[in-house]
Amino acid sequence: MVFDVLRRKIGRLCTLSSAWMLICGLFAVPAFSQTLRLDITEGQIAPIPIAVADFTGLDGKPSNVGRQISQVIADDLVSSGLFTAIDSAAFIAPPTSPSLRPNFSNWTPLGAKGLVVGSAFIDSDGLLQVEFALWDVVSQRRITEGGGSAEQAGVRRIAHQIADFVYEEFTGDTAYFDTQIVYVSESGPAARRLKRLAIMDQDGHNHRFLTSGLDLVLTPRFSPTAHEIAYLNYFNDEPNVYLLDVASGRTERLGSFPGMTFAPRFGPDGNKLIMSLAEDGRTDIFEMDLRTQSITQLTQSASIDTSPSYSPDGNLIVFNSDRGGTQQLYIMRSDGTKVERISFGEGRYATPVWSPRGDIIAFTKIYKGEFYIGVMNVDGSGERLLAKGFLVEAPTWAPNGRVLKYFKQNPTAEDGTGGETYIYRVDITGFNEQRVVTPSFASDPAWSPLLQ
Amino acid sequence: MIKRLFTLLTATAFLAACETASTTTGDATSSAQSSSTNTATTASSSSSASSASSSSSGESGKASVKSEFAKVGTTVLFDFDSAKLTDYAQRVLDRQAAFMKARPETRVTIGGHADERGTREYNLALGERRASSARDYLVAKGVNAARIRIISYGKERPASVGSTEAAWRLNRRAQTVLN
Repeated sequence: MVFDVLRRKIGRLCTLSSAWMLICGLFAVPAFSQTLRLDITEGQIAPIPIAVADFTGLDGKPSNVGRQISQVIADDLVSSGLFTAIDSAAFIAPPTSPSLRPNFSNWTPLGAKGLVVGSAFIDSDGLLQVEFALWDVVSQRRITEGGGSAEQAGVRRIAHQIADFVYEEFTGDTAYFDTQIVYVSESGPAARRLKRLAIMDQDGHNHRFLTSGLDLVLTPRFSPTAHEIAYLNYFNDEPNVYLLDVASGRTERLGSFPGMTFAPRFGPDGNKLIMSLAEDGRTDIFEMDLRTQSITQLTQSASIDTSPSYSPDGNLIVFNSDRGGTQQLYIMRSDGTKVERISFGEGRYATPVWSPRGDIIAFTKIYKGEFYIGVMNVDGSGERLLAKGFLVEAPTWAPNGRVLKYFKQNPTAEDGTGGETYIYRVDITGFNEQRVVTPSFASDPAWSPLLQ
Repeated sequence: MIKRLFTLLTATAFLAACETASTTTGDATSSAQSSSTNTATTASSSSSASSASSSSSGESGKASVKSEFAKVGTTVLFDFDSAKLTDYAQRVLDRQAAFMKARPETRVTIGGHADERGTREYNLALGERRASSARDYLVAKGVNAARIRIISYGKERPASVGSTEAAWRLNRRAQTVLN
């Protein structure tokens, strides 16, 4: 099992031509002790203490780029709430190379369960060369090791990928550090907010804007490859769903409709997209085949049917409808048949998003003047509320289905001050809520799949 | 001139708020006060928008048509999560219909809006429903549908800022703008 996971990871490393290049060496390792595995599906757990030594240069001493990599790895792991990083000031004689066996008597007293060591330097061609090893300090065995070469600009991605390996080894689950967030950056007065699409790494670094702010833009969503973004664009004051190619910046209006299209989401294979079309006071859900741009109408009610989201296998769609009188959540087959209501709690339910694991659905709930982010089982049972505020909205899943991001908006004063919006993350256990730092106000986050 | 007419609009919208707002004494007073301040903000922003468009078009007549239209009443308000036209809203739309029929060259865009107490996508749909509701009424009163364009802004373009009941009430609206 572990071997399979490693093989998959090797594949990811080797296909990453822009960040990682050339060598990809990973070694088969003995299965990791099951007793050390975290069960991250249960409530609050004691985080695993881990030591991340500064990666060393050719001289065996910490290199600048090596320190940077170690910092990113430690920050990623700590941000998950599942690890604590042991202060590097306490380290005694860290190994000068990842190929050397650590002196475990230096690490056991620090309480470290895991030890990450590595080397990182820029070679004569200007390429970044990185190797790493992860040690189980308790069993004194090497859990995994690997390495590769990359352009220098890829340094943070390499560190995120190493953090992903560590996370996956300790949790037995897929990780999410080598991912991006696309969101709406907000600035200006409350009555006329300037909104721009922006993209950044999941930790807030490598931030850049994707649109100029000339046109109002809302609700960006990644394609399954993260190469494209579907979003609502008010170009020429005609709100419609557009596709944006992230690499080239090229945009394309999706189809031509008599009414307004909005609320786009990609299907799991990337060939289909579902969205809402509002016309003559009714809003229905349509599916578009992106290869042919052919359209299928999935709902036919006089009500508002919006915010559709596919199940990970693409067979079902969860959506928001007021057909029963107020906003509730419904599930239907992806051909539009067999519609069933699933939300029956008190209040209004909105913005359902299917977990990438398939087992639960995240939503926004409005109840007695407060907004909540919550999750429920696919049949509507087991509702749990994870975050609360004056306005919280738009949950989006980490690719492993363990973490949600969403945004919070503060109330606005009558003089127009306030109304700040920020992105937050929370574990699906409801613990470890943290704000994601952005250059200005931020809303409508969408989490990418693991980058390829 | 424009400024004075917009003051008139402010008063109209203020009355509109009063007419259907709750009549309990203490609350009504405070909400009326805040709606009047809030509406003043709306008025000044629309006045700058209309003067900008009139100066760019260079037609001196256009500004006065806009002023006339403002007097008719450009905005109808809705109850929470509703696109049903109140009696007051119908009277405003009756005047809009009469105005448009008397000036066959005019075309309008109706913007549908929602307050901030809903989710973004649902509110986009709700805004479309409100704009459609106002459009359908004008068409039923004899205005050619081809002269009316609708657009939903959801909660993106509040007329009144502030997280208060009064502001939310003013933001649940369909706003008719002369093209």
